[in-house]
Amino acid sequence: MNKVKNNKAWWLVLPVFLLVAFSAVIPMMTVVNYSVQDIFDQSSRYFVGADWYRQVLQDPRLHDSLLRQFIYSACVLLIEIPLGIAIALTMPAKGRWSSLCLIVMAIPLLIPWNVVGTIWQIFGRADIGLLGASLNQLGINYNYASNTMDAWVTVLVMDVWHWTSLVALLCYSGLRAIPDVYYQAARIDRASAWAVFRHIQLPKMKSVLLIAVMLRFMDSFMIYTEPFVLTGGGPGNATTFLSQTLTQMAVGQFDLGPAAAFSLIYFLIILLVSWLFYTAMTHTDKQ
Amino acid sequence: MAEIRLQHLAHSYSRTPGGAEDYALRELDHVWEQGGAYALLGPSGCGKSTLLNIISGLLSPSHGQVLFDGKAVNDLSPQARNIAQVFQFPVVYDTMTVFDNLAFPLRNQGLDEARVKAKVEEIAEVLDLGTLLHKKARNLSADEKQKVSMGRGLVRDDVSAILFDEPLTVIDPHLKWKLRRKLKQIHEQFNLTMIYVTHDQLEASTFADKIAVMYGGQIVQFGTPRELFERPRHTFVGYFIGSPGMNLIPVQAQPGGVGFGATHLPLSSELQAHVEHLAGARLQIGIRPEFVQVWDEPLDEGYSARVVDVEDLGTYKILTLELDGVRLKVRLGEDRAVPEVQAWISFPAQWLMLYADDVLVEVGP
Repeated sequence: MNKVKNNKAWWLVLPVFLLVAFSAVIPMMTVVNYSVQDIFDQSSRYFVGADWYRQVLQDPRLHDSLLRQFIYSACVLLIEIPLGIAIALTMPAKGRWSSLCLIVMAIPLLIPWNVVGTIWQIFGRADIGLLGASLNQLGINYNYASNTMDAWVTVLVMDVWHWTSLVALLCYSGLRAIPDVYYQAARIDRASAWAVFRHIQLPKMKSVLLIAVMLRFMDSFMIYTEPFVLTGGGPGNATTFLSQTLTQMAVGQFDLGPAAAFSLIYFLIILLVSWLFYTAMTHTDKQ
Repeated sequence: MAEIRLQHLAHSYSRTPGGAEDYALRELDHVWEQGGAYALLGPSGCGKSTLLNIISGLLSPSHGQVLFDGKAVNDLSPQARNIAQVFQFPVVYDTMTVFDNLAFPLRNQGLDEARVKAKVEEIAEVLDLGTLLHKKARNLSADEKQKVSMGRGLVRDDVSAILFDEPLTVIDPHLKWKLRRKLKQIHEQFNLTMIYVTHDQLEASTFADKIAVMYGGQIVQFGTPRELFERPRHTFVGYFIGSPGMNLIPVQAQPGGVGFGATHLPLSSELQAHVEHLAGARLQIGIRPEFVQVWDEPLDEGYSARVVDVEDLGTYKILTLELDGVRLKVRLGEDRAVPEVQAWISFPAQWLMLYADDVLVEVGP
């Protein structure tokens, strides 16, 4: 058969091309543009090559917040993924209770970030907050505004409260998609509850877990609003994560060059880690 | 090794069953003997799978008992029953290799690894899975997966019966007969009780020594394929088994026999005496298309019928005849001349069955 050549068909690609250009490529190229120049005003701008990148990579403030960021995201994943799976496993499969559970689980997901921050800010206050005041009444010296450990725990608990539901709901949908015969076959094969989890439920949940891990990693790695509202990054810099450092640099000090270089590095780190997760979780499929 | 006995078994999926229509299984008593190859044949929704799940323990019956070798097992879980079950859709543990899949039930029992290996290799040999042992189960074809499912049942030494729930549904037609033969071989080799659920009469009769036909939650007949064909004890068996099914004609009792329209069919005196006790019952006459005799010219005890249609199916022909407003199917060998407009037929007495309310009227020998 002869191929029909019709170059007019290229026009059909145009909408997608424009959409991607305006939503991703052009904004990103602007950032690239800033990251290689030193700009004073409209007329005086100098090309500086990789200088900003060099500066940013050697900045101890960034090293600290990058380390904090990795520890934070690791904690978030280590707590929320197992907890989400455990909740999904204990949720009732059908009936009125399952609907109720689903609704209750969905509520934290519907609350805006800054509201979540405000809720926990008040909830945790040592003088009037239900949580903070109660803990102090019990003799536990808790104050997230002055104690680093308390601040960290509060930020983590807040994130767990806000987002574990997402993991649980994703896992729940994965579990419901497993046909009954798998459980029946496992009973006949005398599989233990652990073996059922390890060989049936976990493999069948893999694709939703991949989504959950990626979403939770990316979101937690980019977290900004909640700790900003709750602790303002303090005490000291104890809960200042990457986004906040970046914002201070770009908006607070108006150092557009280093901020742009930093943004691109930030973006590449997220891309790289997401790719690692993806490859690690899917490589076994190919055997 | 076990004999499976069902006593007064009944099951309803409803918690407060009202009438008989709420029951997936009506009260039934049945014995599956040790070492037999049985088929459970019936249309969709007749209760076959329910019965199977009750035997394996996945379902607990609302009434009655299941006995293995005389011991009630109602309260035992499937794990404790020494039963293997193969499902309609192959169930394999995706992330494991074929070897690990086959080893799974053994490892769950805590067998030592050397025995596991020996046993798995033996079964893989029987099922022709030897070359696939180290492949991941998820990459197998449907029939290979189904073989793995069967294998998991066969590796266990303690299995006394294997239940098959339409296991060849997803298998390609050209592989079906291979797997069926494999099953037959396994049956001979391992002396296991096998119960094979299907809605395909051909599958049932090639696999099983004896077939239980289920209809409306009951076993309506239990017998060899030949018995089911020659003496269906229920009109459903007559209709469901055979191709085409049995001709069933509603009739009224008449002096000296039964009849419909202007047609009179004489009955033997024993049967006739019996019919008199059946006042009020719905009577039907049944005869297999294979057993209707066709003649080229009129005869005394024959009937004249109009030819409506002839279907040529290669090795045989199916004739549709009309006799007194009733349509009959007749099966003719390929070498027989086909009557064109009119045919004379007769019904040999030994193949003419009388049914009262769908149940065969039998007179003692």
